[in-house]
Amino acid sequence: MSETKNTRNVTRRTILKGTAATTGAALIGGTFPMHFIKNAHAQTFRGDPGSSGSVKLGFNVPQTGPYADEGADELRAYQLAVKHLNGEGDGGMLNTIKPLELKGNGILGKKVEFVTGDTQTKSDAARASAKRMIEKDNVAMVTGGSSSGVAIAVQGLCQEMGVIFMAGLTHSNDTTGKDRKRYGFRHFFNAYMSGQAIAPVLKDEYGTDRRAYHLTADYTWGWTQEESIKAATENIGWETVNTVRTPVGAGDFSQYITPVLNSGADVLILNHYGKDMVNSLTQAVQFGLRDKQVNGKNFEIVVPLYSRLMAQGAGDAAKGILGTTNWHWSLTDPGSQAFVKSFGQEYGFPPSQAAHTCYVQTLLYANACEMAGTFAPWEVIKQLEGFEFDGAGNGPTLYRAEDHQCFKDVLVVRGKQEPQSNFDLLEVVKQVPRSQVEYPADMFGGELGPYQV
Amino acid sequence: MDAIFLQILNGLDKGGAYALIALGLTLVFGTLGVVNFAHGAIFMMGAFCAVTLEKILTLSVRVKDESVTFFDAYKETPYLEVWFGETGKAIIDWSVPLSIILAIPVMLLIGIVMERSLIRYFYKRPHAEQILVTFGLAIVLQELVKSFFGANPIPQGAPDIVAGSAAIGAVFGLGESVVYPWWRLIYLAFSLLTIGLVFSFLHFTTYGMVVRAGMADRETVELLGINIERRFTIVFGIAAVVAGLAGVMYTPVLPPDYHLGMDFLVLSFVVVVVGGMGSLPGAVLAGFLLGILQSFSSMTEVKDIFPGIDQIIIYLVAVVILLTRPRGLMGRRGVMES
Repeated sequence: MSETKNTRNVTRRTILKGTAATTGAALIGGTFPMHFIKNAHAQTFRGDPGSSGSVKLGFNVPQTGPYADEGADELRAYQLAVKHLNGEGDGGMLNTIKPLELKGNGILGKKVEFVTGDTQTKSDAARASAKRMIEKDNVAMVTGGSSSGVAIAVQGLCQEMGVIFMAGLTHSNDTTGKDRKRYGFRHFFNAYMSGQAIAPVLKDEYGTDRRAYHLTADYTWGWTQEESIKAATENIGWETVNTVRTPVGAGDFSQYITPVLNSGADVLILNHYGKDMVNSLTQAVQFGLRDKQVNGKNFEIVVPLYSRLMAQGAGDAAKGILGTTNWHWSLTDPGSQAFVKSFGQEYGFPPSQAAHTCYVQTLLYANACEMAGTFAPWEVIKQLEGFEFDGAGNGPTLYRAEDHQCFKDVLVVRGKQEPQSNFDLLEVVKQVPRSQVEYPADMFGGELGPYQV
Repeated sequence: MDAIFLQILNGLDKGGAYALIALGLTLVFGTLGVVNFAHGAIFMMGAFCAVTLEKILTLSVRVKDESVTFFDAYKETPYLEVWFGETGKAIIDWSVPLSIILAIPVMLLIGIVMERSLIRYFYKRPHAEQILVTFGLAIVLQELVKSFFGANPIPQGAPDIVAGSAAIGAVFGLGESVVYPWWRLIYLAFSLLTIGLVFSFLHFTTYGMVVRAGMADRETVELLGINIERRFTIVFGIAAVVAGLAGVMYTPVLPPDYHLGMDFLVLSFVVVVVGGMGSLPGAVLAGFLLGILQSFSSMTEVKDIFPGIDQIIIYLVAVVILLTRPRGLMGRRGVMES
């Protein structure tokens, strides 16, 4: 009875007392009102770890399907990155990337955790898995993948949902060209850069009077690579005899290779990747293309986008073949060495270029959060845009603000004739300086879209 | 002219593989009445017999690789090379042909086990159920192979002596640029030989004659006191061996991965349907026919007129043939018709 009376007797004085007590308790208890914290944002966003002691990242890689081995390597790199971010292990590139605000205590003091998804190298499966990670697991960032078709699909989804996407291995010009997105970032190089990097080497090695025949994987990446390589080789005086599109996963390419024999071409350019490249290259060599003399010159095969895993798949056929890669484990700069050392000690073999790009992407995202002082994606994006850094392999690198493409040195490599070990399959012919592969940001069109969605 | 000649060879070569797979498929269908969607997986497992033998032959001694300084790395030298020197090297070089010796008993066993433990329970069940269970089996087999060998293709070299290409143009009075890989020529010869052997077995041996009689009229053969079921089990094993050997020999042409079987499965079914369900000569004829058509449709000259024709030609032909000859090229009345 008396309690009822008390509650009814509310005065201005008791309300003031109550408010003061609540604020005091909140301050002591640690749940600060938002207006007391530096860089606090009243706006909510997806993936906000809030007051939790940890932050989740989503690693979306091909765990099944034709690129599963590549996906497995990406996942290894991500796990290593998480270790280093949380202050475990030897720190890897945390010791070499400059500038860097990461301290080895997670991101913004929160422990880094992760969830994984399977892209299956299919756009719909990749989107579904990214969506699940965003909605169910509340990830602050999605990263991974090893196909441009998948990267563009997931990037579109992340833009719609307002979650940052740090692309894995994707080489199509479209990813940061006509399909660029405000929430999508690519550290890997692209087809245009491959063309610019390899053309001068092709000129030195094979001369200016050459006739090229292209076999091209029939999807976004293949088309942009064919276009870029064709333009770059025609620039050094080569003639393009024919460009033939082949279905992805054709398996037996013999019916596309036999017409090359009588086409008058003296160079075959294979715009294939992964399993397709392994098959087409092996078969081209079986058809004696590399023993052939055409127009008084040795017939040559070029694979513009090369990787160690593919060289392993093609075996002897890859020996002596020229191509480009984003990065290679034999680089001797401190960043590459630190990464190869951590990775090698952890797993017993060196990382692939896919592993490298995924590792660097994770650290760059974490660092941008640290610089922004928040996980709010629009603030993190602003830190990544125009970010200049060094010590991650490939020399000084710029994350260009206009299209979210990284600009750095590109490697021209050749299949090694006498490999010293199981993974010593490529030799770096030339580290092409960044200035040679740069291009205007509006060259491929595209719009980034808004910061806030 | 040169180009046409090469595409014919290409087509025959592809056709050889299609025919070998389709032959086993239609043999199983004709004898057991089972639509076997796991037949592609059997082809794939044959290919992995070659991979397995190569892995065994190249079992290596691990020596620390001093050239890698960043971390502990190891170099491998096969024991065979350590023990037998050049002879060891030669054995490794010939691993694909040697795999045939391994593949015959292994594939026969796999076929018989598969039939006895699973397939036989589905003889009397509808075709739809047979398709579901064999398709499931195919997925299980390919996932098993993936978990052992990984997802990436594993290259297998032909022996050095036949690794290059033959200047076949000179033999036929064509230009010098007409060359064709030796191994593909061997594959063609091998597929013709195997097809010949299967037909001889069915036509010139008593065992084969009984099997054919069983295919035509199972009940009567059983009434004569012959255990036709056991013979059909053997036939299933033989079909597995044929597909398995086709797989072994195909490895230098196409580095095998776990998905190889699925890539061939649909095509082989089209071959069987075009040839006529249950008809062995039909399967062989359709295999070569579709192989050649596929090769020709990939020629630039043809693709310029009909873009994308190379990817649909097989299905287009299947539609036309089924519309004009619903039983396929050499199909018999009463097969898969109720």
